[in-house]
Formats: sequence, C-alpha cells, structure tokens
Amino acid sequence: MSEAKITVDGEEYQVDGRLTLFQALQYIGKEIPHFCFHDRLSIAGNCRMCLVEVEKAPKPVASCAQPIMPGMVVFTDSEKTRKARKGVMEFLLINHPLDCPICDQGGECDLQDQAMAYGHDRTRFEENKRAVPDKEMGPLVKTIMTRCIHCTRCVRFAEEVAGVEEIGALHRGEDMEITTYLEKSLTSEMSGNVIDLCPVGALTSKPYAFTARSWELQRTESIDVLDAVGSNIRVDSRGAEVMRVLPRLNDDINEEWISDKTRFACDGLRRQRLDRPYVRRDGKLEPASWDEAFQAIANKFRETGGSSAAAIAGDQADAEAMMALKDLMRAYGSPHTDCRQDSAGVDPAVRASYLFNSTIAGIDAADALLIVGANPRTEATVVNARIRRRWRIGGFRIGVIGEAADLTYRYDLLGACGDTLRDLVSGRHRFANVLKDAVRPMIIVGPGLLAREDGRSILGLARSAAETFGVVSDDWNGFNVLHTAASRVGGLDLGFVPGPGGRETVDILGGAQNGDLGLIWLLGADEIDMDRLGEAFVVYQGHHGDAGANRADVILPGAAYTEKSGTYVNIEGRPQQTTLCTFPPGDAREDWTIIRAFSEIAGHKLPYDSLTHLRERLIEANPVFGHLDEIRPAPWQIFGDDGTMHDAPFSSSITNFYMTDPISRCSETMLQCTKMRQALTDGTRTGMSG
Amino acid sequence: MMLKAVRSFLLWEMVVGHWKTLTYLFRLKVTINYPYEKGPLSPRFRGEHALRRYSNGEERCIACKLCEAICPAQAITIEAEPRDDGSRRTTRYDIDMTKCIYCGFCQEACPVDAIVEGPNFEFATETREELMYNKEKLLANGDRWETEIAQALAADAPYR
Repeated sequence: MSEAKITVDGEEYQVDGRLTLFQALQYIGKEIPHFCFHDRLSIAGNCRMCLVEVEKAPKPVASCAQPIMPGMVVFTDSEKTRKARKGVMEFLLINHPLDCPICDQGGECDLQDQAMAYGHDRTRFEENKRAVPDKEMGPLVKTIMTRCIHCTRCVRFAEEVAGVEEIGALHRGEDMEITTYLEKSLTSEMSGNVIDLCPVGALTSKPYAFTARSWELQRTESIDVLDAVGSNIRVDSRGAEVMRVLPRLNDDINEEWISDKTRFACDGLRRQRLDRPYVRRDGKLEPASWDEAFQAIANKFRETGGSSAAAIAGDQADAEAMMALKDLMRAYGSPHTDCRQDSAGVDPAVRASYLFNSTIAGIDAADALLIVGANPRTEATVVNARIRRRWRIGGFRIGVIGEAADLTYRYDLLGACGDTLRDLVSGRHRFANVLKDAVRPMIIVGPGLLAREDGRSILGLARSAAETFGVVSDDWNGFNVLHTAASRVGGLDLGFVPGPGGRETVDILGGAQNGDLGLIWLLGADEIDMDRLGEAFVVYQGHHGDAGANRADVILPGAAYTEKSGTYVNIEGRPQQTTLCTFPPGDAREDWTIIRAFSEIAGHKLPYDSLTHLRERLIEANPVFGHLDEIRPAPWQIFGDDGTMHDAPFSSSITNFYMTDPISRCSETMLQCTKMRQALTDGTRTGMSG
Repeated sequence: MMLKAVRSFLLWEMVVGHWKTLTYLFRLKVTINYPYEKGPLSPRFRGEHALRRYSNGEERCIACKLCEAICPAQAITIEAEPRDDGSRRTTRYDIDMTKCIYCGFCQEACPVDAIVEGPNFEFATETREELMYNKEKLLANGDRWETEIAQALAADAPYR
C-alpha cells in the first residue's frame, strides 16, 4: 500500500495513495458536496460539484476524478472553492424546476440539501427553463426527466451492477436526455435501486408516488425474507401501514442493493390479510374466537392422537415459531415435522450440505464458478450482482449446467442434464480443467435440483465434484447451496426436520392422502399441493389468505415479517433478526405466542413465557442462534447419495420472479411487473446468453 | 391637611366624576352594535381556515404536506395519491379546529397559497364534531370567502 502525504486545509494527513482525492477527503472526514460520485459505481466526474482548490492547479479540480499526488495541498473551504461550488450549483439549478412541493424526493433530496448548504440564495437566470419529455421505465420507476441533472448514476448502475444496458444518454450539453431508448420497461430484477441512486427527483418510485413524505415515516431496521439472502432493509411505515422498503448498507450481504421484489412487494402486506381466527363449520369457514379455534384443534388432537399429527413449515416462518411448533409436536409425540415444503434433498445432519459455505462476500475471492441448475438472477438477485461484479473484474470463468438463461454475465453453457455433471467429475469435460486450475473454485447448486426426486443423488455428485476439484480446502469452502426460502436454513439449524421415525414432506402428504395422518399443521406453508392433503384436518397458521388458508379447517392469524421480531438464518448461515415495524392487523398475533397459547389449552404447556426464554431454547437447540450476524463455518462431512439420476434437464425453481410467496402474490405492483415481463418475453436483450 | 378636608366636605371627587361623565356624553361612542356592526379587520387577520381554488376551478392544494409538517398543534391531517390525470392531490385534508391555535404557520408554509386563514371569525358551533373540518368544508369556505381572502392577500402583498 502506497502511503501519500497530503495537506488539507493546513493540516497534514497520511492517506492511501491509491485513493482518489475525493475518497481521501471523505476518509479524513471532510464533507465534499457531490452528485455523480458513488462508492459502488465507476467515476464519471460530470456533475462538477466536488470541485476543490488545489495549490498550483490553475483551476479548481473535480476531486472525485483526481488521483492523489504526494505533497498535494488542498483547500476544501477556501474562497475559491466556495465560489466554484456556488457557480456549479447555479448552473445545475438553471434547468432544474422549482417543483419541490410536488416532488417525492422533497425532504430527502441531495440537490435540495446541497443547494441550501452550498448554493446561492437567489437566481440570476431569467430565460425559459428547459423541459424534457418523461420516459417510460415500467411499473416501478416513475420518471420526471425535467428534474434530471445528468449525473448518469442510473446509466452506470444499469450497465455495471444490474448488467442490463437499457438506460443511456442521448444528445449533449443542455439537450442531453437520459432515456431507455425504446420506451420499454427495464428488464432488471434490481431496477428499483436507480430510485435510491438518483440524487434528485427524476427517478422516483411509482407505487409510492405522492403517498407519504420522508419526514412523516417511522424508520425501522429489519431483514428481508422474500428470498433467502437476508438482505438488510429499512422499513418505512406510517401509522399501521408499511409505505416502502429501502436497502440498508451491509457489505457482507447486499451491499446497498435490494431486489425489486424485496422493495416493492410491501403493498401485498395490506391485502388478503388474515385478521381473525376462522373455523370451518359445515364446509364453510366462519369467523371464530381464539378460544373456539384452539378448542377445535385440541379436540382433533385428542381424536386422532398426537402421533398421527404432522407439521410443515413454510418459506417465511421465523425460527422462534418453528422452535415452538417443533416442541409442541414432540410433546404430542409426533416426529413428523419438516421445514422443506419442496422436499429439498439436503442433509439436515451436515450443515455444510445446505449452506452457502463460501459466504456471499467470498464470491469476491473466488476465481472460477460452476453453477449447477441454479438461476441466481431470479433466485438470489443480489448474489447475482456480486457474481457479475466479480466477473467484470476478470479472471473468473463461469460454467453453467442447466438452462441457457440470461444471467447478465457471460458463461460457458456446459450442458443441461446430470450427464454433464458426471462427465465433469470424471474429468472428461473441458471445463474440468478450469475448475482444477483455479485456486478458489466455487460451485453453486440450485434449489430447483434439490427439490427433485433425485435431489440427494445430485447433491452427492456435486459433493464429489467439490472434492475432485479442490473446492474445499483448509481456508476455503466454495461449495454453495442456494435456497429461495428464508426459513430454510433456520429450520434445518434448529432441527425442524423429521424426528426418529418421522416423515418428510412428501410422506406427510402421502400419509394425509391415504388417511394415516389425521391432522396437518401448516405454519405458513402455501407451496404444497393442497389436493394431496386428502381428508386430513388442516390447521393453517399464517398471515395471508393464500392456498393454505383456502384448504384449512382452522385458521390461526399470524404476523408477517414486518410485524414481529423473528430470527431468520440466511443462506450463508448468518442468523439475523427482523424488527416489529407495525402491529399485526386485527386479532392476528406473533406466531410463537399463538403456539404457546395453544400449548396451554392442549395441556402440553411449553416452558417459555417470553421471547428471551424462547431464544435461550433456540440457542440450546443450536448454538449458532447465539451469534447474531455472525457466520460459523460448517465442518465438511460426507453427505448426499450416489444413486441414479434421471435425464430431466436441470432447471431453476422459479418461473415468475415477481410472485414466489403469499406476500408478493397479493401485491398489486408485483402483478403489474408480472404482466410487464410477460409482454417482454419475446427474448431478452442483453445478448449475454452463453 | 386643610385642603383635603375642604375637598372632602365639598364632595369634590363626586363633582370630578360627574364632569367626566358629562364629557364622555358628548364624545364619539366606541361600542358597536355587534352583530349588526363589526370592527375593522387587518388584512393579516387569522380567522377560520379555507382552501382556495384557482380561477378555473382547480383546487390549489398539491398535497406537499408542508402545512402538516409545520403545524405546531398537529391539527392537520393529509393523505394524498396521484389523481387520474397523474397530478398530485389530497384525498383527505382535515383540520381539527379544536386543536388549532391560529398561529398562521400553515398559510406561511403553503407554496401555492392554498390553505389560508380567512377573515371569518364567526364559526362557533354547538357540537365539538362540527369543528373537525374536512376537505369539503374547507373548499366550501374557500369558495364563500374568496373575494375577501383575495383582497386581504393583495393588500398584504407589498409587505411580503
């Protein structure tokens, strides 16, 4: 690391010589106004707001594009600097409309703030202002292009991070316009991030338009559960309503991006909510009191006997609720519990078999990647952005066995079936050498594969591939399993899996169908085939009136992820907690409290009265829950079968990215996105497929 | 001592008092025959609220919520959404007149002169509920008082 000595405002500082002047000034704590510079995008240097005076330079220099030179003497608050900033601000405001009162960015606008801090107090411009026609950017991004100050952050984001070259600038000078060229919506799953990036109100959120002001929102830091990545989010709520979801900085997980589903599916939290218990009487669901609902379940338990009851946990169940439900089922003597609705063939006994072992940040260190039957772009969007960034740096060959999807980076399509993977392991395939030569190779196994009947065999083969190619060594474990269910890793960690002699999801469904099992407790499980539940008595505990609630005999209204403090373990095995942002609607309650209350009526009182006690129980079940936001590396062991595989091609588990769970299925915005994507299905346009 | 005794004996205070009464008898009267007569109001008088319209009938309020933010009594509640033509409008504009302290910050904050405190001060009601003003009531106020409000704003304009 080359150190350089620079003088800023009369004081000497030692800084990293590889930084730009702007970064160095930020590092030593000087506030420099800026619009176009962004930490995670390339340097454009076109807003000129970061001008500073440098000794011996004839003009003020744009600090963001200025490399450090040893011995530089910089003035960040001199008369010349202040005058330069005022001038730049005046130019920026020449064509910026004064419509702050109707602008959604008002109150959280960089231009507003910096005009107050660094601008002139009056205008000298008397000519007509420029007007620019608005552009169509789809159902998520609203454009008011007259407000654009041409910082090109959105253009750079689309090109560099999202990997869709669909935003660009036409013309030059005052006539410059940011446009989508074809007036089509963006085909990126991360397009919502341009809203955060835009320093002015040119790109704003369409679903959120005009509904709230930044100053009337209550901000709560939480965790996203609509995919399994565990993106850190900030939930902005007003009263009892979640108004919007924004990303929160976490360099180890989502950096500062989130997917469109995470950001925009929050309007689904207002629709189709279960807000009171229901009991089915004479084939019709009727509103009931908590007591009636609990009695109905307790009677059924008595009738069928505890051992013929089973529980399936859904994709958004929190660890606390799963722990409580597992304890309840065991107290009743039932070993039939499973948190894998899709019957994913991972090995619950071996933690390394279901984790994203390399960690998400570990992608930056990898130098070759084999994707087996996964489509990270839809299954874990922000992870895909990480892979793309690593690929852009170079020296990162990517091979894919599976569908020829557009992943926003170039890859070698090795094949579509299990044969290719077998060829690879035996060294017959040309890509085998790429993996062998790599120092830190990486394998990503998709959730679609594990859910297949031969999932265990594929996992076993992937493990032998990992061992063959040195994917696992003392200081590196590049064997990664991708999940789409936020509850999955947590459920496996705490052991919400079949006990001794217990049934897995497939067998539970089979048992329900042939009458072996009389009572099925669905903890937010909506993705199973409800027709296969046969005549069984179904208890549905969840927050949305989806497939499960339709089939249920008793409905217990629970809380969605913004309405409870729940622990979720992300794909890396990192436990994180959501926060209560708004209260559950009506009579709905936090899920673990429902199970705790029922256990008392059922006569199997669970031994915890508070969340703290329950969390102690969680730590007892698995110590990883005691280390929030930390990753405990999983030891490498033998897992998977070496059975046969069938010939079906490897495919992704997600067909419609925008609707994968009860919340996003209820979301109006996600519906519009789905329609938009269907209209665009005549081929994606990035030209990066294979 | 002597003087005081003489004044007391001659009921001098009473004479002064009667003289005062007599002089006021011939002066201009300050009482007015309210409600048939009313005193003058400053153009800056802050009375009952009103929401104004443009001369083409379009409501002025653009739901920027600055009045809601500035209101020290938190008497204003606004909800907004895009109207069918895409413009920013309120769906709800309520003022709790029992909370309002008539400070006039709302009209100072308004960028489009939509919310104003008009010259009307006679809006006493028999029930508390009637003082919960909604958007309809405020717009009706605006329509009724527009002439006076416009005059008051014009009169005060040179000083702003």
